[in-house]
Amino acid sequence: MELQDQALIEKIKGGDYQAFEALVNRYEGKVYRLAIRMLRNQQDAEDALQESFLQVYRGLKSFEGRSNFSTWLYRLATNVCLMKIRHRETEPPGMLPLEDFLPRHEDGEQPTLQEWPEKPEEILLTKESREKMMEALDRLPAEYRAVFVLRDIEGFSNAEAGEALGISVAAVKSRLHRARIALRGMLSEYFEKGKFAPPALSEN
Amino acid sequence: MTEDRKDETVVECHGLACKEILEKLSEYIDGELDPKICQDLEHHMKDCNPCLLFIDSLKKTITLYKYAAAEPLPKEVHLRLHEYLKKECKDC
Repeated sequence: MELQDQALIEKIKGGDYQAFEALVNRYEGKVYRLAIRMLRNQQDAEDALQESFLQVYRGLKSFEGRSNFSTWLYRLATNVCLMKIRHRETEPPGMLPLEDFLPRHEDGEQPTLQEWPEKPEEILLTKESREKMMEALDRLPAEYRAVFVLRDIEGFSNAEAGEALGISVAAVKSRLHRARIALRGMLSEYFEKGKFAPPALSEN
Repeated sequence: MTEDRKDETVVECHGLACKEILEKLSEYIDGELDPKICQDLEHHMKDCNPCLLFIDSLKKTITLYKYAAAEPLPKEVHLRLHEYLKKECKDC
């Protein structure tokens, strides 16, 4: 039976390096995925992964288990990613004006929206669609991307995401809403206007 | 963004304005909205096709990212991580 995180941590504190490797094995995939989403670059994500677990090893001595280990780990890894992003010069600006991503109303008329493809899984089958989705995620400012990744991709609650990012639940909700609206707006340019074609069955 | 342009997004229909609906959509999707406001919102959407299509595409956006995210850790990245940690942690 697998040891719980806390039991592994106690062993690590007692000098058991194998217990640390077991803990790394348990979470390395999740941390890498978070870093890839945050940094959008494999080399940077790998660097962030290594740096995060080194910080975990160093920090475990003082980890008292007041918060859940995985929340603590995500907070640490998210901060490593955000630090890397702050050193970049090519990041999108930090503001996300909702109005830029909403359907336009002309002459007070209701906007005309097109229906998206009925089955989202069909969209995922095309490489081009996945690339469009990742490009859209890239265009989000880092603070918004972090909230969206933790809440909607990793499944954190508002409170957990707030704890991981050091922001209030109200700020999590506000950034999440803006991030979703922005992503929808960016993707709608692609999915609404007949540019997307589900893959033909013969391609499978 | 100017106030003038913000106002362009307001379309009054059935008591609730689309802009008010828009502000509450994430809370609605997450099941965090007051039941009374939920009812008003659903009533509005019954007759407001743009709002209906908007929320449908917003939900699909969330679903797409949720399911597109599964990306396995490359084996070589796993191996390099363990090698790196073994070396660095010795000095900790």
